[in-house]
Amino acid sequence: MFGTFSLFDSAFVAIVLLSLKVTLTAVGCAGLVGLPLGAALALGRFPGRPVIIVIVNAFMGLPPVVAGLAVFLLLSRSGPLGGFGLLFSPAAMVVAQFSLVLPIIIALTRQTIEDLWGEYRDQLTSMGAGPLRAIPTLIWDARFSLVTGLLAGLGRAFAEVGAILIVGGNIAGFTRTMTTAIALETSKGDLPLALGLGAVLMALTLAINGLALAVSRLGARFAG
Amino acid sequence: MLRRLITTAVLAAAVLGPVTGPGQAEDRFITVASTTSTQDSGLFGYILPIFEAKTGIKVKVVAQGTGQALDTGRRGDADVVFVHARAAELKFLEEGFSTKRSPVMYNDFIVVGPKSDPAGIAGSKDVAAALKTIAEKKIPFVSRGDKSGTHMAELALWKVAGLDLAAIRGEWYREIGQGMGATLNTAGAMLGYALSDRATWIAFKNKGDLAIAVEGDKRLFNQYGVMLVNPAKFPAVKVADGQAFIDWLISADGQKVISEYKIDGQQLFFPNANDPNA
Amino acid sequence: MTSVTSAPSILPLTLDRVAYEVGGRRLVGVEWATIAKGRKTVVLGPNGAGKTLFLRLCHGLIKPSAGTIAFASGIRPAPQQHAMVFQKPVLLRRSVAANLHHALALAGLGYFERRRTSRLILNRFGLGDLADRPARVLSGGEQQRLAIARAVAVGPELLFLDEPVSGLDPSAMRQIEEMLVALHADGLTWVMTTHDLAQARRLADDILFFHAGRLLEAAPADRFFAEPATEEARAFLESRLFW
Repeated sequence: MFGTFSLFDSAFVAIVLLSLKVTLTAVGCAGLVGLPLGAALALGRFPGRPVIIVIVNAFMGLPPVVAGLAVFLLLSRSGPLGGFGLLFSPAAMVVAQFSLVLPIIIALTRQTIEDLWGEYRDQLTSMGAGPLRAIPTLIWDARFSLVTGLLAGLGRAFAEVGAILIVGGNIAGFTRTMTTAIALETSKGDLPLALGLGAVLMALTLAINGLALAVSRLGARFAG
Repeated sequence: MLRRLITTAVLAAAVLGPVTGPGQAEDRFITVASTTSTQDSGLFGYILPIFEAKTGIKVKVVAQGTGQALDTGRRGDADVVFVHARAAELKFLEEGFSTKRSPVMYNDFIVVGPKSDPAGIAGSKDVAAALKTIAEKKIPFVSRGDKSGTHMAELALWKVAGLDLAAIRGEWYREIGQGMGATLNTAGAMLGYALSDRATWIAFKNKGDLAIAVEGDKRLFNQYGVMLVNPAKFPAVKVADGQAFIDWLISADGQKVISEYKIDGQQLFFPNANDPNA
Repeated sequence: MTSVTSAPSILPLTLDRVAYEVGGRRLVGVEWATIAKGRKTVVLGPNGAGKTLFLRLCHGLIKPSAGTIAFASGIRPAPQQHAMVFQKPVLLRRSVAANLHHALALAGLGYFERRRTSRLILNRFGLGDLADRPARVLSGGEQQRLAIARAVAVGPELLFLDEPVSGLDPSAMRQIEEMLVALHADGLTWVMTTHDLAQARRLADDILFFHAGRLLEAAPADRFFAEPATEEARAFLESRLFW
């Protein structure tokens, strides 16, 4: 039938690739921003720090539809960033997932780096590294724990449907991802196809989690 | 060192990936806010490739309820709205969000329900009497409840039946706030009745124990209209390409293509762009 | 290892009426002490005598509540001019070589200089074969040797060592001691804490004897062991003090 697709044809592959691309981009950007911010939050001592930590932790549980709605209102032609015309595009989905994943990465990074700083502080200070110079050292030495955190963010973004449905619009061939396709096929009553998509999504999610386990095992062996 | 390289490569791939992402290749596209019925029925999947092949204009369809689709137009997030709820469309015109509405096609609504027919209305051609019976017997009725064209049509039908929904509604009346397909899924699961557009029903693949209970009443007529979002309100609206889509829909060629879309030999939509009263 | 020897000497290190207090409790009190250039100083005393705090004060990790700790006439040494090896060395979660690279990078060495220097240092201390191994999976003795190698790689004039051989087996301990003697022969001045009397006798030029947070005796090692001036030192030497 026209307009729909079966598993493993090119339209389906495009959907999987789009899902991966959007999620990896969002998590990659969130990592680039979140890792240094989380580390700075771990090492910095400034007024208001406890408040920020509480806020970041609370945002870890941000409901995806709320994030989606906020991004939607921002990017709408009638919103403050409407001029870029990003609504209903993959870029909008990246922004939405970025805002969902960023708090997770900041919070996990802060916790990890703060613990490691407790251990490294005297040594690094002794060697002449202040907190600012210590940040890259700590991020690199915590890399295995941090990668696990990044993969946790990846899992959340990958399985997410609420936010990207709102800001992406589930446009066929353009902003349709695995999860929004599942939602659509379910609403069309094509439950076998929805289930098949779900199985592929689960397999990919399993692969991501297997990777996370492998990384942390490797880290345990290497870093002790 | 190797590990550092791998990490860097992964990060770079994640960041650079979207440079060649979808949406980069096609520069000519319009965004159409439309209804779940046009998408779920498969109509767009059939007609859009034909339009694209002809004009080179890609059409991105955001499928929502009619109310939502009109709101998307009101925010300027779409170039064209293609919906089915005449009164709401006229209001959209009045508010100045578009300057012209063109009728495109119609199909009809049907009442579907369990094959066991607990309300005893199967085969009826009187939708008002059928709704009355459902309400009196308090048989589950699943409503879209999402401001969609179908939802608005349903609310109007209760009125036609002389019923004050606000007064009589109870646990039997279930608003789920979702699309047509989800509503049919729910009706099937609850052994309840629901109002559906025929196109979505024919294309729906999870019919299970559901069957058509009421059809053929003139009051179940469902008209679709299309409007270009007013560029005076939103300069970003793609006037030329949007108008080209509208012109094609109501052209002899577009009307013919619409009439050719069939599932299992059944025609789903009936073009009527020439009907001045539609 | 010779990167800063051309700079003027930071020694002697002098402590004048230094006190370190936490919550009104005096944890370290030093009336007067000096660390002279070219000497091997052993800080001796039972556990809890304040030896570690004394090292941390000298190294600048904590600030004294009162008194002054000063290097040779007004010099404010760069971080690399005096180094410290902690009792439980904190090795980075990287390879042996990368641990050295990191320390050398902090000292401002360029990429190729870091590689060259770390190879020299590792070979010198018998760690060359371990260069690519993760630092944290080394044996206790190897970890401690790496920690010392890392500390001296940036060419400090003065090295503080906090119980560097505690928990090591006799052969590992002997390797560390040989390393310290060799470093001293190269011109390194070091200060080491221990509660091991035999080790103090083997290594020390000077003794700083701490008891209950106070520096009680500062004397050349031979005189301290022959005729300790205080009752506490005599008791410690006769192993009558609990530690």
